[in-house]
This record gives sequence, structure tokens and C-alpha cells, in this order.
Amino acid sequence: MHEENKISSSDIFRDDIVTSIYNRAKEISEAVVNAPKQKTLDWNNKLDDILTSKWTGFPIMLLILCFIFWLTIVGANIPSAMLSRILFWIEDKLTEIFIFFDAPSWLHGILVLGMYRTGAWVVSVMLPPMAIFFPCFTLLEDFGYLPRVAFNLDRLFKKAGTHGKQALTMAMGFGCNAAGVVACRIIDSPRERLIATLTNNFVPCNGRFPTLIALSMILIGATVHSPFVSFLTSGIVILLVLSGIAVTFIVSYILSKTILKGTPSTFNLELPPYRRPQIGKVIVRSIFDRTLFVLGRAVSVALPAGAITWLVANIMIGDASILNHISGFLDPFGIAIGLDGVIILAFILGLPANEIVLPIIFMSYLSKGAMIELDTIEEMRNVFISNDWTWLTCLNVMLFSLFHFPCGTTLWTIRKETQSLKWTVASFIIPTIVAIIVCFSTTRIVYWFI
Amino acid sequence: MGLTCSSCKKKSIVDLYHVEKTSSNQVIVALAGNPNTGKSTIFNELTGLKQHTGNWPGKTVTNAKGFYTRKDKEFILVDLPGTYSLFANSVEEEVARDFICFAKPDATIVVVDATCLERNLNLALQVMEITDNVILCVNLLDEAEKKHIQIDLKKLSNELGIPVVGTVARNRKGLEVLMDTVYNVCTKKIIPKPKPMIYPEAIETELQKILSMIEPLVPSGFNPRWIALRLLDGDTDILDKITHYTDCKGACNHA
Amino acid sequence: MKAIYIPLNKVETGQTCIVQDLKATGTQRRRMLDLGFIKDTEVKVMRRSPLGDPTAYLIRDTIIALRKEEASKILVKVNS
Repeated sequence: MHEENKISSSDIFRDDIVTSIYNRAKEISEAVVNAPKQKTLDWNNKLDDILTSKWTGFPIMLLILCFIFWLTIVGANIPSAMLSRILFWIEDKLTEIFIFFDAPSWLHGILVLGMYRTGAWVVSVMLPPMAIFFPCFTLLEDFGYLPRVAFNLDRLFKKAGTHGKQALTMAMGFGCNAAGVVACRIIDSPRERLIATLTNNFVPCNGRFPTLIALSMILIGATVHSPFVSFLTSGIVILLVLSGIAVTFIVSYILSKTILKGTPSTFNLELPPYRRPQIGKVIVRSIFDRTLFVLGRAVSVALPAGAITWLVANIMIGDASILNHISGFLDPFGIAIGLDGVIILAFILGLPANEIVLPIIFMSYLSKGAMIELDTIEEMRNVFISNDWTWLTCLNVMLFSLFHFPCGTTLWTIRKETQSLKWTVASFIIPTIVAIIVCFSTTRIVYWFI
Repeated sequence: MGLTCSSCKKKSIVDLYHVEKTSSNQVIVALAGNPNTGKSTIFNELTGLKQHTGNWPGKTVTNAKGFYTRKDKEFILVDLPGTYSLFANSVEEEVARDFICFAKPDATIVVVDATCLERNLNLALQVMEITDNVILCVNLLDEAEKKHIQIDLKKLSNELGIPVVGTVARNRKGLEVLMDTVYNVCTKKIIPKPKPMIYPEAIETELQKILSMIEPLVPSGFNPRWIALRLLDGDTDILDKITHYTDCKGACNHA
Repeated sequence: MKAIYIPLNKVETGQTCIVQDLKATGTQRRRMLDLGFIKDTEVKVMRRSPLGDPTAYLIRDTIIALRKEEASKILVKVNS
């Protein structure tokens, strides 16, 4: 034990060896480099003064984050709708082909209504926001701003037992949790990297935003998109996001005190000089590297899941589909935590992609054989009300969506990044337990007071 | 991540990168350097692999391997994790060092940032102590120019004793020269002669003592002076590693 | 003026100082040496994070952020 505090002889040799190498490096560079005495770090400095100062640092950070959010959500609306129209037009054509060839309806069901439709859904909902979010993020990254964010927020993460760079993995998680998990590579310490990976899911990704927005509109009883309504729904979503962030800190703290215990490793952060990003290259690279890559994985998880969902909804046992049987079975559990069997099953079947959870819910309630989307908030609310939803159910669904297990793509990515089945399973279990606890407590608390 | 050696159950460093020469026309080149020097940009430009490189120190993971051909040889380029030094303080540094030392690449390119040469030379000097076949690539010359920094590359080459190539990887400037230099080093047309590091007397004395003891025992292909230095600064794993990589040479060392 | 050695985290923002010694041992010491914190190296305290920690230091043309716990292990002499 006293060895740790005593400087050993190898430490002394090490000191001298390193010093010699540095001195030689200095000698050589003095001989070959011709640089002005006044270092031109000035504009870098001035920029840092603004971006990391006490008064302007945080507001600017928040502004940038909100701007990217806003741009992603608003900017993706039209392309998403367009893509949707095109892909569903293709689906109609496919159906025509199947009819032409007199194909059995079950084959049409599995391939077109199940696999193709799910795949098309995922693409039209995921692609446009990602194609906006990732380039924005990558531009910030190339510019050199991201290490400053870690620098600004590190103290909070230190208190939670992790590293400031986790702020960045969380920010990336807003775009897509799978990408957020990949981003955890920037954290050097394996222990801290794992904590960031396991908690990344508490930050809602692009795929969950439409669900959260739609549900919050239903929650406040709105029917029209007025500015006031937008303001309220944004407020609710922001509150949810903040709770997600709060839970991230809490769970990180707990993990660092229990199963991922360890002393904070040597903090490692370099603030590189700012560089003008090559905008063209960045956009191309981020679309190919990040967007298409994640999309590719998502689709490959979505297709088989789509097939399964169709099968489950259409194979009859007795007078009810397998879907009905399972949701009936899950009902008691669902109701206990403030949801119901259909919702739980929808989340389970929605494992491949969070976007399809609501469509599956509608499919089940309306006893349709395939996933559908409802056009107006009014329609949605009516379906919910006729299935015994209350405002509490709505809230619980939002909370469950926020905290539950990661989607299939993210789980696959976690497996690849951690190379460990154990931690992949943990990344599934931990958020699910949190979601169950939160929903259960919310329900109990509300019943207590009402 | 890698295969385990059947005889001793340890992971083979070469397998970590799945690097194997399948023909005599193939050459293995390691790409080392500090984080954030544009090393991965060079890797992308040479191999055409589209890996994203952000202005974010330290993002490369142990997976980057690419190919390019030059004249009659096929080059397997291995992008090592960016490290500040090779003293094995972290997994990245250990991986980088182990690859250069044990996988015996035919050449190692060390990429340095022209705007902070002094700091970056640290790594280059360390690499030169392990292997002679080192080529220095001074990148980010455009950034240096903006800061009015000029570097005498020829003089640098003389001081170090190894070939030095200046590049602006972002624009592909200097990459042809780099590839030619690598080719020449691998085909022995250029033989780098790194000037040895001379340490203060106290250390040199100890080094001599250790050298006289281990020199007869060190297997061929390893630099005894470097091993003696590692023993001096307290690296006990090095002996295990050498034993492993030499005894199990037949089974797991393919390079 | 008599020279006093103080821990790096106690140096005020904007000041320059010279590294004298490291209180860290083992891996942590090696890491600091590798970053360039060897005797007689000049370090400038650039700025503190808005939340107080970490602090950004300019050393050998690079800006490195260190937490208070680590900076306290680096003993320096302040230029007066």
C-alpha cells in the first residue's frame, strides 16, 4: 500500500527517460521550425471566451441544442410526408402485383403488409430527421465545439461518477440512440464508457418525438394546431426531456456506486483549435456514414419484426388473434402499472423501431390486420377513449416510451460496441425496470390523491 | 474481437486487426500519430475507406484496416489508435505499441501536426526506438501556413535520420510522395537510419548493465536497447509479451 | 521574490507558471509526464469551466483540461 505513495526507482527513471525525449524533441523542433513569437491563438481564445464563459457559455449551448431540435422536427415534416406518400404508393403497386399473380393473401400479408409496410414506415419517419440532425451535429464536431460542451458540463458528470464527454453521447442520442452508443467511443475509460452506453436510452431519440408530441397534444385535449397549443406541447416535451436527463444522472450515479464501481479515471480532454469545417464533405460523409448506416440496420431489424407483427395480428387461435391473446395475458400487469396489455405488447412488438408503437396500438384497438396511422388527433383521441384511456394512461405511455428498453438497432449496436452479451442484456433490463418503477409510482401517487 | 492462440490462449495482436499477408507482394504499413493530427484523413485518402474524421481528439477504434496498391505491391494499411505516447498507459497506447513492436509492420508512418511539431515529435522518437523503418509525415501544413509557421523538412529529416514527407491530407497534397516513400522503404530502396536517443549518464550506465544481461537472450527482430529501456521504467509485462510472441510464433503470428 | 511551489489548481486564471514536480505516482504520473508536465515546462492557466471545474491549461501549444484533483498533484512555481 505504501508503494503507491512512494515514488519508486522506476518512476525516477521514467521521469528522466520522458524528460530526455521531450528535450530532444524540443532541440529538434527549435532547429527546424521557424515560428513567430506571438502565438496566433488569439481568435481561438476570444471564441473560447464566449463559448465557455460563465454568462454566455450555457445559454449559447442551450440555444444551439434547441435550434438543432427545432430544425430537425420542423424541417423533417415535409420530407417525411413526401416519403410516406411515395413509399405507400409503392405499397399499393405491390399489392396490385400480388393480386395480379393471384398470390395467397397470407403471403401478401407477411411480405407487403408486414415487412414492407414496417420498413417503409421506419424509413419515412427516421430518414428525414436524421438527415438533418447528423449533419448539424457533425458540423459542430468538425468545427471543434463539442469538446467545449464536455468542458462546460463536466462538473455535473463528475458528481454522477462519470465523464463530461457523456454530454456529447447524450446529445447524439437525441438524434438516434444507436448513434449515441457509437459516440460513446470518445470516452476513454471503459467503466465510464459503459455507464454512458447503458444510460443513453433515457434521452429520447428522433423516433420517439412524433409519438411524444402526438400524445402530449392528446393529453392537453387539443384538436387544432394553434401557436398556443404548440407552445404547451413543446413545454410538455421539454419537461419530459429534462426528466430523461435527470434520470440519466441518477442512474449513472447509482451505477457508478454499485455494479460499475471504480475511481474516476484520469480525466482526458483536449480542446483542439477551432477549424473551419468543410461543409460539403461533412454533409456527404454524415449522410453516408451515420444516416444510411443507422437506417440500414434499422430496416434490417424492422423487416422481420414487421413479418412477426403481421403474423401475430392475423393468426387466429379460437376466435381471437394471437395478438389479442397475448395482450389479454399482459393486461393485468399493464393495468397495474397504469397502462394495459395492448400498450405493453405494442412496445414489445415495437422493439425494432420506436416509431411503430403507436401504429401497432391503433392496429390492435381497431382490430385491423395491419398497422395503420390515424390522420387527426381527434381520431386518435377517440380510439383511446373508447379503449378506456384516461389522462393518466396517456401520461404513463409517454413516460414508458421515454424510459423503456432500447430499440433493436440500439441493442444490436450495444452488442457490437461492448462485445458483451452480459452488458447488452443489462442495457435492456435497466431502463425497463426504471420505466416500470416510474409508471407504477406515478399511477399509485395519482390514485393516492384522487 | 480477435482469435485466441491455441497453445497459450492469449490474444494475438495480429489477429486483433485480422492482418495477414496472403502473398509475398503484400506489405503491412502501420499508421501511428497523436490524436487529431489528420491521421485518419490520410488513412481515408489512401485507402478510400469512408470513415468519418471529426475535429475530436481520439476517435479511432481498433478496427481500421484498408488497402491500396502502389506499383507492384499491395499495401495493407493499419490505422492505429491515436496516442500521445507509447508508454502503455491505456489500452489504446498498448495496442498501438504492441502492433508496431510485435506485428512487425514493414514500415510505420508517424503522422505529426505541423502546428505543434515539438509535442508530436515525442511519439515519433519513441517509435524510432522500437523500429528503424519509420517515415515521418508532417501533416496540416496549411494550418501551419496560416499561423506563419515554417518547417525545414530536409533539415528535420537529417536530424532524425528518417525520411520526412510534408502533406496537406485534406487536399491530397503530398500523398503521392508519401506512398512512393513508403514503397521505397518497404522495398529497401531507402533504408532509414534513425539517430539513436542518448540518455543522461545515469540512465546509460544502467542500460549497459541490463543490456549485457539480456542481449544474448533477446530473440532476433527485437531491439534489445528498447527492451532494456522498458525494463528500466518498470514495464514487467514486456517480458511475458516477448515470450508469448516468440514461442507461439508458429501458431499465431502470421505476419 | 522568493519562489514558492504551489499546486497547479491554485494558480489564478491568466497566470503562467513553471512545472517543478509531480505528486502523482504510478500510472497517473506517467500519464501526466506524457501530456508534457515535466520539470521546467511552462503552463498557462487559460480559463475555468463555467461550473468551476475543470480548468483549461495551455501546455506545449496544446490546450488540455484537467480536473482539480489532478491539477492539485502538479507543483509549480508562479512567475512573479
